[in-house]
Formats: sequence, structure tokens, C-alpha cells
Amino acid sequence: MKTYVIIGGGVAAVGCAEGIRSVDTSSRVIIIAGERRPAYYRPMISYYLEGKTDFEKMEYRPAGFYEENKIELICDAAVSLDSASHTVTLSGGDTIRYDAVCVATGSRPFVPPMEGLDGVTCKTGFLTEEDACALEKAVTCDSRVFIVGAGLIGLKCAEGLCGRVGSITVCDLAPRVLSSILDDTAAGIMQKKLEEHGIRFLLGDTVSRFDRDTAHMKSGVDIGFDVLVLAVGVRANVSLVADAGGLVGRGIVVDERMRTTLDSVFAAGDCAEAADISSGSRRVMAIMPNAVLGGRCAGINMAGGSASFDNAVPMNAIGFFGLHALTAGSYDGEMYEERGDGTLRRLYVKDGMLSGFMLIGSVERAGIYTSLIRNQIPLETVDFEELRRLPSMRGFSPEYRREHMEGWK
Amino acid sequence: MKHVVVHEEWCLGCHLCEYNCAYANSGIKGMAKALKGKRVFPRIRVEDGNGDGKNNITFAVSCRHCHDPICAKSCISGALTVRDGAVTIDRSRCVGCYTCILVCPYGAIYTDGEGAVIKCELCLSNQAGSPACVAGCPNRALTLEETD
Amino acid sequence: MGIEFIYPEFEVVRNPARCIACRVCERQCSNEVHSYDPDEGVMISDESKCVNCQRCVSLCPTRALKIVKSDCVPRENANWQADTIREIYKQANSGGVLLSSMGTPKPMPVYWDKILINASQVTNPSIDPLREPMETRVFLGKKPRKIKRDENGRLITDLDPQLELSMPVMFSAMSYGSISYNAHKSLAEAASKLGIYYNTGEGGLHEDFYVYGQNTIVQVASGRFGVHAGYLDAGAAIEIKMGQGAKPGIGGHLPGTKIVGDVSRTRMIPEGSDAISPAPHHDIYSIEDLRQLVYSLKEATQYKKPVIVKVAAVHNIAAIASGIARSGADIIAIDGFRGGTGAAPTRIRDNVGIPIELALAACDTRLREEGIRNDVSLVVGGSIRSASDVVKAIALGADACYIATAALLALGCHLCRTCHTGLCNWGIATQRPELVKRLNPEVGASRLVNLMTAWRHEIKELLGGMGINSIEALRGNRLMLRGINMTEKELEILGISHAGE
Repeated sequence: MKTYVIIGGGVAAVGCAEGIRSVDTSSRVIIIAGERRPAYYRPMISYYLEGKTDFEKMEYRPAGFYEENKIELICDAAVSLDSASHTVTLSGGDTIRYDAVCVATGSRPFVPPMEGLDGVTCKTGFLTEEDACALEKAVTCDSRVFIVGAGLIGLKCAEGLCGRVGSITVCDLAPRVLSSILDDTAAGIMQKKLEEHGIRFLLGDTVSRFDRDTAHMKSGVDIGFDVLVLAVGVRANVSLVADAGGLVGRGIVVDERMRTTLDSVFAAGDCAEAADISSGSRRVMAIMPNAVLGGRCAGINMAGGSASFDNAVPMNAIGFFGLHALTAGSYDGEMYEERGDGTLRRLYVKDGMLSGFMLIGSVERAGIYTSLIRNQIPLETVDFEELRRLPSMRGFSPEYRREHMEGWK
Repeated sequence: MKHVVVHEEWCLGCHLCEYNCAYANSGIKGMAKALKGKRVFPRIRVEDGNGDGKNNITFAVSCRHCHDPICAKSCISGALTVRDGAVTIDRSRCVGCYTCILVCPYGAIYTDGEGAVIKCELCLSNQAGSPACVAGCPNRALTLEETD
Repeated sequence: MGIEFIYPEFEVVRNPARCIACRVCERQCSNEVHSYDPDEGVMISDESKCVNCQRCVSLCPTRALKIVKSDCVPRENANWQADTIREIYKQANSGGVLLSSMGTPKPMPVYWDKILINASQVTNPSIDPLREPMETRVFLGKKPRKIKRDENGRLITDLDPQLELSMPVMFSAMSYGSISYNAHKSLAEAASKLGIYYNTGEGGLHEDFYVYGQNTIVQVASGRFGVHAGYLDAGAAIEIKMGQGAKPGIGGHLPGTKIVGDVSRTRMIPEGSDAISPAPHHDIYSIEDLRQLVYSLKEATQYKKPVIVKVAAVHNIAAIASGIARSGADIIAIDGFRGGTGAAPTRIRDNVGIPIELALAACDTRLREEGIRNDVSLVVGGSIRSASDVVKAIALGADACYIATAALLALGCHLCRTCHTGLCNWGIATQRPELVKRLNPEVGASRLVNLMTAWRHEIKELLGGMGINSIEALRGNRLMLRGINMTEKELEILGISHAGE
């Protein structure tokens, strides 16, 4: 009987375990969950703050899932990996021998060195359920909340807190919100929506130092706050593999079968860096679909099956107060743009293929665009004139529909 | 598991499926009462270009209930799950993040104007009991068939 | 434009409490009667374009629609009736010949409805078709005059070619062009499932339908459209069309606008050119000429296929039938005055020809009298509406019936009688692709099969009631019929007694 070890307890880990079980129902599967709890829908923490969900609903798999699938859940942290001896060492010193291991250690918040940060009375990140609980306890209806970072995490946190605190101020070094996925125009539309709900922004600005519960900004502005949320960014947890001699970039380098450069060591989820089909470059694509699909692929391959996950694209679905922005791929090549009242539609075409898109406001059927990118469909084989105006299946040939749409005649 | 099969050749672009769908999912008895004066949010949508019924290529798109549904895999709330071969949505869990809309390659998951998403659930748990779009299709352009 | 003399014939009545403005009616109306008013959020209609085809009524999901005859009519006048006045207005407007479609709507006598069928009581047993075998099969073609034996006394069975029908009904000629590809496919599919025949009409045979050849009658008419050796070979029988009940004495005219794509290819004429079938066959001016064509066609198909000669029921039909029987034809098809058409001059349709019942009785009588009844089979059409019409026709002397209008009704036709516009909302009498696709032949064929299956059951019940267990035994058995409300003369021609006699 073989032993498969999965380091990390998030959705990539569960995906991996399910992948293993789809091939091998008897061998040992061990999940080492650093967060000390079963996997949960992590992006839900901002909705938890909003009161749209509760911890029970956030469980990724129903109670009994681990027992039913004979998955051993160890709540501990792995401190080292030895690919020569096929062992993982836990924080307590125990070692586990594996036949194959998947590193699904996720990411951790990145906190840049900031003067006076230690002196801040109440501060938290916003990545885990624990963070959400801490934040919920810390705020009152008249708390002044200061969020450092206007990325996805910072802004979802702002939305989640909106209406239950006194004021929210968000700062970011970048000159716009959501700078990693939107450009100025698009970001402007989103920012306006957030501002309509009373959220204040200090953009292109950064904290020069904290003085207890006051942030002195580079611009000279002083922000007094009661609760500080650090949402500057995340860093992939790569050290286990890096220390064991595996190749890492911004994440753990994996191939399309989710193999690292180390023998029998796989990686998936937010800690992995894979090829982005839309740009051809390697990226950490820290989003849930990629974690689940990558994890499952790793699991199948670990257990001797054959799977590949070779069409990952960066994509994001983000919305605030009913205004949604759906984006995917890379913004590279010729751009087609259409603007409406509070809506923006941008498509990017490179080398005869859709490389990316950005939709704000009007987002219906965006997945059709995503599939154009994901499946690398040459635009000469579709009616792009039609598709450019609105995503539709009409833009594809009848043959394509017959072949690719399940149950189509 | 039986699924809705689309026979593109026979679709008239009449859009009856949309209204039968919206009615089946309305929870209201009497189609006029259920739909009159309301914006309808059907879970099946007819693609017919300019929508005047004069176009020769028309067909209805609803969830294909993929064997390996990327929407369910991508769902950040656990609202989308596969139950007995059908991709179903628990609207009490859906937070309206639209990740599913971003990934569905057929564009078969729709917004409902209220935040959560809607999609075809094969009428398994509504007042119709079996796909209303199929039952009401005047030209057998939609049929219910055992797939694979 | 001057004053519009003609007030719309129909009113579109929309129940506002039911209309959900789904716009299905708008999308389904090729006449563009319905439209949506976005400002008011309601559907509106232009009834002047309505032909009362009932498509919108049938598809309206809330039954919010009905089409009714307008009660806004000219002042009542028993002599100058509204239709007459309307026709005069139309002609004063256009200067043209009035065109009509389908069979005449005039209240002409329907003799089927004046004939009653017998049933067994006490002295002769009726037959329960659910328990006893009942033969509805018939064979069409020349029957031998006497039994022949070889030198060993064995029967010689070298029969002339026959058509075998599972029941005495066939789908009569409707050309591809006058009706759509899907309508044709429905008929072909149904005929082959039922073990009967459909008829190509004078439009040739689309290459897709050669597979139904065994159940196809290929027609040769005065325009010779689509006729070639392969076509003649493809069918199970060949029909020479001399005339049509709805328009005796005139030819056909399929406008160039309908000669598109496959229709043009199948007819073997250029796209956009009018398909004009001359009134006469220019090579037939006598029975002898007809005989030449009959034998040319037999020769071309190695005497393997029966040849049908189809004529319209006209005044001296009995003599004509006698001539045809002597021309070498295997089957005579007679089309009565109430028969349908894709387009005919109104005056011709409504005034020329005679009813099929009288024509049939006269022909059967004449052929018997001349001792040549067995030389031909008789097929009759021209408004056979039900199983009882079929039974009455058989008892009057027919071997089988042709139906077309009834078949089209099964396919969805609502007898709006505007086939000639080419805008058939039911996908039957049209070549517009978006309308043609409205008739899914799978649905069409199954409805035709249903209709024929139902008729077959009814025929068996009627036969059983008479104590008769086969079509053969009913044929020409006029004792099974009685007339009501008829004159002596009518009864005499029909060869039946009055009810009570």
C-alpha cells in the first residue's frame, strides 16, 4: 500500500486527495493541514463579514468527507521535505514517508517593512477565517478602519466591512485600485462604485510610518484609525520545495502534470507557478478554479493516473455592491473597446487568438470569452465580428457546437 | 441521467422555452400571473442574432450539465454542486461572485437581477417536475434524452 | 394610395389580462401582423395582414389570442354577398385574375355526407375487428381477366405490376416547390412507415428522397419537370398527370421566386425562372397519344412499374375513364372538384369540374358495363376527409383513395388558403428556410402515421359492422350504401338506393 502526503489543507489539497481517490481507493492519503481545520471556501470570508454566509456554509466538503474517503487529516505544519528519502518532517519532529507528495501550502500575507507597525494597537491581515474572526471582534459600528492595499483582498475586506463600521480608508502605492487586474479606466469605474458607498481612497500613496494608531502618509496626510488591515499582497509558500532543492520562481515551478523539479513531488494551488496559456509565461495564478483543477490533476498523476492541466489562465471575478468586473488572460495585443454607461468591454487579440478581456458592468456569458482563451481557439474559425459585440455560441460554427457542447445535435 | 438535447436544426427561435422555463421556476400558478409585467429571467436563452425570429440560425442554450463541470469546481461558495448528474445551485449559498459566469464555456449561467445566479436544474425540483422547455417546444428542437 | 375599399377580414383579439408580451406571436407571424410597442410595453397588431392561419393562436403560451371573423361587413345582401363584393374590389384594384389556394370553400354539395353506411343486425353477424382478422391491404394494377394454367395445370402467376398498399389510402401529388422539403420528407417517411405511397407531384424527386423510392409514385406532367430515367426508375409507379380536380383544363404555374436552390435543381430548370406546366400535354391529343406515353414510360422502366393516369373529374368523365383503361394504363386516378391546390385561379377552382362521388360512381359503372373494370384500378381523391369517406368511396367502386388536404392538416395546415403567398407559417407551403424549418419531419411523419393508423382502425370498425372483413369484399358493394336528401337522378348516378329502401 502506498502513502500519499498532501502538505496544506486548502481546496488544492482536497482537490488533490479527490484526484488520488479517483484512481486509487485503497492507499493512504494524508493531509497535513497547517491551518488546523478542514478546508473551507476561503474567498467567502468577506461575505462572512457582510453576513451573507456563516462558517458552517463555508465548509468545503460536508462533515464526514475525510472519513468517507479515508483521508487522514493531521493538523500540523510540515517543516521540511526530503525528496531523496521521500520523507516529510512535521513541526513536532515526526517524519512521514511518502510515495508521492503534493505541496499545496498556499500563500501568506506579504507585509513590507513599515516603521512603527509593531506599535499599532489593533492590526490584522485578511486571508483566513481566523483573520475574519479577529477583524469581526475588533470592529465596532464606529471603528475607523484603515486598509493598506487596494487589491482584491483589501477591497473585498472593505466591502465586507462597509456599513458595519464608522469609516473605511484604503491606501495603495499604485495609482489605481485593483492595479494587478485593471487599468486606469476600468479601475476608475470600480473605484467610483466603492466611493459611492463611502469608502475613501488614498492612491499613489503609502505609509511612511505608524505612530501608534495614526498613519503618516508619504503625501503628508495623517490617518487616524482604530483597526488596521494589512492587505498589501501575498507571497507563495515555496520554502519546503526551495529548501529541498526544487526549482522555484515566484511560486513552485510545476509542469502541466503539476510535477515540480523534484522526484515524486507535486505542487498545486496558490504556491505553484505554472504556464499561463494566455501569455505563454509562467505565473502564480492564485485563484480557486486553478487550485481545484491543479490539485486534482496532481492527485491523479500521483496515484499513477494520467492527467494534465495545461490550460490555466489568470482570471478574476470580482464585484462590489453589485458592480462586477470579470477579467481573464493577459491584456496584450490589439484592443477592442466598447464603453457604455458604467460598463466597459475590452477584448485583446494577439496572434489571431483572444489573449484577454476585461468586462465591467455587463458581464453576462463571459465564460465564452474565457473558453476562447483557454482552448486557444483561432479567431479565424469563429465569427469574431459577432463575438466581439456580445459573447454567444452563434459566433462558433455549427460543427464546433456539435462537437463541444454536450448533448448537442 | 436524462439531459436536454438541443437540435439546432429545428429551433424556430420562438423563445417559448424561455417563458416556459421562467414560469416553471416562478413558483406561481398561472403563467399570466407569474410572468405578466415582469422581467423574466429564464435559465435557458435563445440565441437568434437580432431577435426578430427571421434568422435561420437559432438555438436555445441552457446548462449542458457537463460531466466535469468547471463551474462547480470554480464555485467559491459551494453553491454549485453536482447532484445525480445534474449541476444544481443552492441559491442560499450563492453570494453572486460570478466566477461561474466567468468560467462557463457556454454562457449558460445567468444573473437573476438580484445578486445570485440562476441556471438550468432540469426542473428537477420546481413545479414542472421535468424540463418545461422540452415539454413546451413546438418543434422538438429540445428533447430529453439519455446521454452516453 | 386611394381609398382602401376592403376592410380586414379578421380581427386579432388579444386578452390583455393574459398577454405576457413574450412576443412569440410576433416572431412566428411571417405576415408581420404582431409587433411590440416598447413605449407602452404591449403587443399591437395590424389585422389587415392577418390570414387567420392560427399559428400565433396555437403558439401563444397563455392563450391570450384569438382570431375572429370581423363583423364589419358590407350591408347584408343575399345576392351580392360580402365575398363577392370583396372579390370585385380586389379585381378593380389589381386588374388581375383572382388566385386561390386549397380546395373550394364554397358550399357545394358533399355527397359523402348524404350517403349512409349499412351495418349487420340479427340475420348476419358483424365482425369484431379486435378479435377477428381484418384485411385492409389492397393491390393496385391490372388484374387478369381469367385464370391461366400451364401444361401441368399449375397456375400462371405472371401478374402485371402491382402496388401493394397496407390500407386503401395514399398521399396524393404535391410537388416539391409547392410544398417544402420538410413537408415532402414527412410524407415520404410516413408513407414508408405505413406501407403506402406518396406522390412527387410535378416537381421532380429531391435526391435525398430516392431512399423512399419503394413508397414513391413519380409524376410526369405536362411540364415534364424533373423527369429523367433515374427519376422514373426511382419510383414504385409512374403517374401521368392529365388534370387536377381544383383546376381542370388549365396548367400550373410555380412562380420563379419559389424556384430556388434545390427546387430549381430538382425541377431541372434555372433558378428564378417560372415553372409553367402547360394546360395540355402537347404530345397528347387523343387516347392513342396517351397510349404512346403510357407505353413509352413502361418501356423506359422495363414494364416493371404500373402506370397511373390522373385526370380531373369533368362532365364526361366516364367516357374518359373508358378511354384511359384502353390506353394501357394500370390505374386511373380521378381527382374531384373539391380537391386542393397550391394555387389556382379562383373562378376555375370554384366553377369547373364535378364532385368526385358522382365521377367515381359513373366511371365504375361504365367500366363494369364495358367489361374492362378489371383492366384498371380506380383511385379517387378530391376531398377525402375521413375513414368513412374512404369506406364510402370503396363501396362506390374505388380501389383506393388519394388524400392531400387531410395529410396537410395533419402536418399543421390550418386551411388559411394563402399557400400562393409562399409565407406559410406552418412550414408547409413555403420555401423560406426560416419557415421551412418549422416543420420537423420527425414530428410531421409521426402525425401522419397517427392519422392513418386511426383511419385504419376506423375502416376496420366500419367494415366489421357491415360483416365484411376485407376491402376487396367491399369494393363496388353499393348495397352497403343508402342516400338521403338526394334526387332520383343523383341516386341513379351513384347507383344506390334511398335510405329506407
